[in-house]
Amino acid sequence: MTHAWRLSHLDRLESEAIYILREAAAQSERPALLFSGGKDSAVLVHLARKAFYPEKLSIPLLHIDTGHNFEEVISFRDKVARSFQDQLIIAYVEESIACGSVRLPSPMASRNGAQAVTLLEAIKQYGFDMLLGGARRDEDKARAKERVFSHRDTFGAWTPKSQRPELWDIYNGRLHAGENFRVFPLSNWTEIDIWSYIVCEQIALPDLYFAHKRAVFKDGPLWRPVTPLTPLPLGKKAETLSVRFRTVGDMTCTCPVESEASDAAAILAETRLCTLSERGATRMDDKVNDAAMERRKKEGYF
Amino acid sequence: MSMSQSKLVRFVTAGNVDDGKSTLIGRILHDSKALLSDQVQSIVNARFGRADAGEMDLAFLTDGLESEREQGITIDVAYRYFTTQRASFIVIDAPGHEQYTRNMVTGASNADIAVVLVDASRIHQGHLKVQTRRHATIAHILGLKIVFAVNKMDLIDWSHSHYQQVEASLIRLSRTLGIEDIDIVPINARSGDNVVHQSAVPSWYQGPCLLQILEQQDKATDFADLPFRFPVQRVVRTNGHTLAAKRGYAGRIASGQIRLGDEVCVATSQQCSRIAKIETYDQILTHAQAGQSITLYTQDDLDIARGDCLTSSDARVTNLVVADLCWLDDQAWQDQQRYILRQGTASTPVRIQTVLHVRDMHDLSQVRGEQALAQNDIALVKLQTQSPIIADEFATNPKLGAFILINVDTNQTVAAGMIRNS
Ligand SMILES: Nc1nc2c(ncn2[C@@H]2O[C@H](COP(=O)(O)OP(=O)(O)O)[C@@H](O)[C@H]2O)c(=O)[nH]1
Repeated sequence: MTHAWRLSHLDRLESEAIYILREAAAQSERPALLFSGGKDSAVLVHLARKAFYPEKLSIPLLHIDTGHNFEEVISFRDKVARSFQDQLIIAYVEESIACGSVRLPSPMASRNGAQAVTLLEAIKQYGFDMLLGGARRDEDKARAKERVFSHRDTFGAWTPKSQRPELWDIYNGRLHAGENFRVFPLSNWTEIDIWSYIVCEQIALPDLYFAHKRAVFKDGPLWRPVTPLTPLPLGKKAETLSVRFRTVGDMTCTCPVESEASDAAAILAETRLCTLSERGATRMDDKVNDAAMERRKKEGYF
Repeated sequence: MSMSQSKLVRFVTAGNVDDGKSTLIGRILHDSKALLSDQVQSIVNARFGRADAGEMDLAFLTDGLESEREQGITIDVAYRYFTTQRASFIVIDAPGHEQYTRNMVTGASNADIAVVLVDASRIHQGHLKVQTRRHATIAHILGLKIVFAVNKMDLIDWSHSHYQQVEASLIRLSRTLGIEDIDIVPINARSGDNVVHQSAVPSWYQGPCLLQILEQQDKATDFADLPFRFPVQRVVRTNGHTLAAKRGYAGRIASGQIRLGDEVCVATSQQCSRIAKIETYDQILTHAQAGQSITLYTQDDLDIARGDCLTSSDARVTNLVVADLCWLDDQAWQDQQRYILRQGTASTPVRIQTVLHVRDMHDLSQVRGEQALAQNDIALVKLQTQSPIIADEFATNPKLGAFILINVDTNQTVAAGMIRNS
């Protein structure tokens, strides 16, 4: 017998994610992979290709399009899907608005919350029973209590009290009709792990993640981008700074941070030094209230 | 991929309400610099904070959900991550009151070490709480190494004689349970003394601080030295374009090692063949070990489906096992109810033949003859499975020796099981 060696931290995380992806696919009739074009879902797609190799990825990619996306994210999404001939299903929040299932307080309001409605409609329309997502437990407090296989009832709701005990690495994926699972293969990854993996595996990301010159204005502690949806308010002054985005959600509430980091390795180095957690730095809707994420999850959010 | 820490320590924390569990976890995260500044801010902002004005309530950090905070209780297992110079850590916080056993078993099944907290100021004449016995028992049954953290030492003025009394009781408890190797460490979670740093510890204590004890643990390579076990997750039929000449078997090695040419058997059918190829997306390997996700190809075609387990030739199978069972569901066991047992990726109908005994948590005695199992019961049972399962004992192979029971009608995971013998 050869003397055992120790798997590296990233090798162990990669192997675990592949194991979870295979468990999900094997226990599901109609899985889909939630692909937002963000870094976590880019890592997830990369891992899914490894998990099912040498077979092709037979799981469709599902994008919930808020209509408030940065252009760079949409073109990245289309490029990824095209290059591997993946099946890409797009569900539009605009359509939920048109049919009245989403009512926004104002036309320019953040659509992050509305995604849940559109997602549930897509689940119903396509009959998905397992949705693979890139969420991590280190993102915030409500996520810290999330299962790897997270059960959603027939209303699509997450009820923290009725989550199944998750023992060892034996995942019970049994469902009744109309229920579904959200499965999170990256549960045990931290933001540092994600960036380390992106560096090691040379995973492509939308340009927004890397330092670029952009017109921004100051709004409290945050820099907000000047975009067609978020024009410069009266009395504010735009500045052109070198910035990058740490998350790439709804354009109306996603803010960049000042940075010169122009590649993944430089971002990894900055992230190691950073003192603000990811959502805190860049997501205005989570700032509103510490329990924001918990409420959104209960409503069926990812 | 060698840039990150490779040593991984997973520990679950257990303690009575108010023993200081949340404070301890907050302290570890804070002192090991794992807290980010906006998280510290949210502790300061806490609307339902319990700390005196001006002092940061570290406990608040771990009480995650809004509904939990409003009710002042925590209801679910939480996972947190931090890294020191020496290791990466996963902290598993298993709170709860009535649900305690359910949460602790869940948390413990994903941990290697249990940090069991006791409040030194509330132990008189060495009388331990029932909960402490329960925590130690669960940790032991689930095969964890136990570290007792004796907290609130400041409230007893770091009295050596008082500590020695507590220590003697903990050692006695461990002996009763048949545990030889334990660590005991006195701490003050609120100030952080002897948690991450050794500060302000009297000279009678010469041992390491809590974090040092945790950093010394290492379970990572243990499974590679056990016999080969490979639960098949899925069968690979195409090579990406057309039907492949040979089928592949995708899975993660649960235990042991495998190299090209090694003989493997399908445990339940006793068909054997040799390894022809070990493949991953990145490369073709000549050798792989526990923890690696791979695809295996054998020289001869075997009749294999998901749920089969490829093993070294020494594996035994059985339909009858004696096992420790932790009943987790709020619906008690019912003889007529149909259940499924899952071991690795295999599922089979199962029946509980006899409840040999249920443990009494007060004196740890074994109550015989009671043919009932309710939530939080820890019992020894005899099970009969429809299809044979692998007869690995949990004590020697915690990967295949573990199983869960599922209620066929509710789909709930109702019990955690550990094979004793067969
Ligand atoms: N004096 C003292 N108080 C402590 C210590 N650790 C925790 N506490 C206090 O004990 C109370 C309960 O602690 P908490 O962490 O909420 O307990 P939990 O219910 O086990 O999570 C709080 O008021 C803490 O500040 C300690 O080492 N010394």
